[in-house]
Amino acid sequence: MAKTLKQEFTKGLWKDLPPFRLVLGLCPVLGVTTTMENGLGMGVATTFVLCGSNLLVSLLRQAIPPRVRIACFVIIIAAFVTVVELLMQAYTYPLYLKLGVFIPLIVVNCIVLGRAEAFAYKNKVSSSVADALGIGIGFTLSLSLLGSLRELLGNGSLTIWGDLSYSIIDVVPSFQPFTFATQAPGAFVCLGLMLCIINLIGK
Amino acid sequence: MNELVRMTVVLTGLATIAGGVLAAVHSGTADRIAAQQLEYVKGPAIRSIMAATTNNPLEDSFQLSIGEEEKTVFIGSLASGGTAVAFEEFGRGFGGDIGVMVGINMETETILGTAVTVHSETPGLGAKAKNDRSFTSQFEGLPVSATVAVTQDGGQIDAISGATTTSRAVCEAIAQALERYQMLHADLQKTVN
Repeated sequence: MAKTLKQEFTKGLWKDLPPFRLVLGLCPVLGVTTTMENGLGMGVATTFVLCGSNLLVSLLRQAIPPRVRIACFVIIIAAFVTVVELLMQAYTYPLYLKLGVFIPLIVVNCIVLGRAEAFAYKNKVSSSVADALGIGIGFTLSLSLLGSLRELLGNGSLTIWGDLSYSIIDVVPSFQPFTFATQAPGAFVCLGLMLCIINLIGK
Repeated sequence: MNELVRMTVVLTGLATIAGGVLAAVHSGTADRIAAQQLEYVKGPAIRSIMAATTNNPLEDSFQLSIGEEEKTVFIGSLASGGTAVAFEEFGRGFGGDIGVMVGINMETETILGTAVTVHSETPGLGAKAKNDRSFTSQFEGLPVSATVAVTQDGGQIDAISGATTTSRAVCEAIAQALERYQMLHADLQKTVN
């Protein structure tokens, strides 16, 4: 029974929400979510790669021989990641400096390879793109949410993009920044809290 | 046999197309990436070295070919009427190449200032080479004929404690810059005037 495009799209936003529901792709989730802007940038980059690889894998699914499919997926994904890396260097250099090694590491993000293998290789182009968009946007929202939580707790501020930023001190004058939240151990604690909340809601 | 051929053809084809696309994107973005690096990596280094110049060194630069290498040389006009040049050299550090922008006052033939541009050294140890003033200020004012080396190697530069390899790499880059300056002195003089 084929699902509608809308179902393919929305499943990534809640039912199969990558980091929080499937608990997949945690390396960038823990690594880059020190600020909202980093999380958003990483999410958009991953979404682009995901859409590109799902589209191509789905288009070529008749041509790719099953025994070398993983190698083919990796070539396609690696090509898209390198394109993203070059584009980020050319247009958003400060963000590229902050995300650093995590951009090339999208290659080994299990979400991207997972969607290619589990979905795009078996489904037609339109549903594959819908699936990629849903999962990608879900991933982006999750990273941004975790990033803003950590930035709010750790720095007491929230930078939406560029110079557009808000300070929590303006709202709650007695707020003390909790630097722990922006450090590596804080990432685990914040992720744990998020998983706990998501699981409570999902029950 | 048939399947083997098909696998080979598909993989080779995919890899070829991917390679072609990447080459196109790379050459398409190369100029913009160079401009961005100038703005965000070399720019701050130049500005910290040539803070007191009357012109904008980032706009007054020229390409100098040394052997097969192309080097960008930045020119700053000093308030005293003299000229300073700055260019980047690399030394081999603990975690990869360290780029050092070296500014030389052509009037007094001394080092105007140095600044680390790119590095991948250990945070808290080697990474200090970028911002630790007690280390970086040691190079300022040295004559271009000086031998730049850390004290362990018989030089006059106190290495950052715990980061001798990094300190050596910075010295190596600066020593190379001085050597190159002396070698190209006549060329530089001609271009600047």
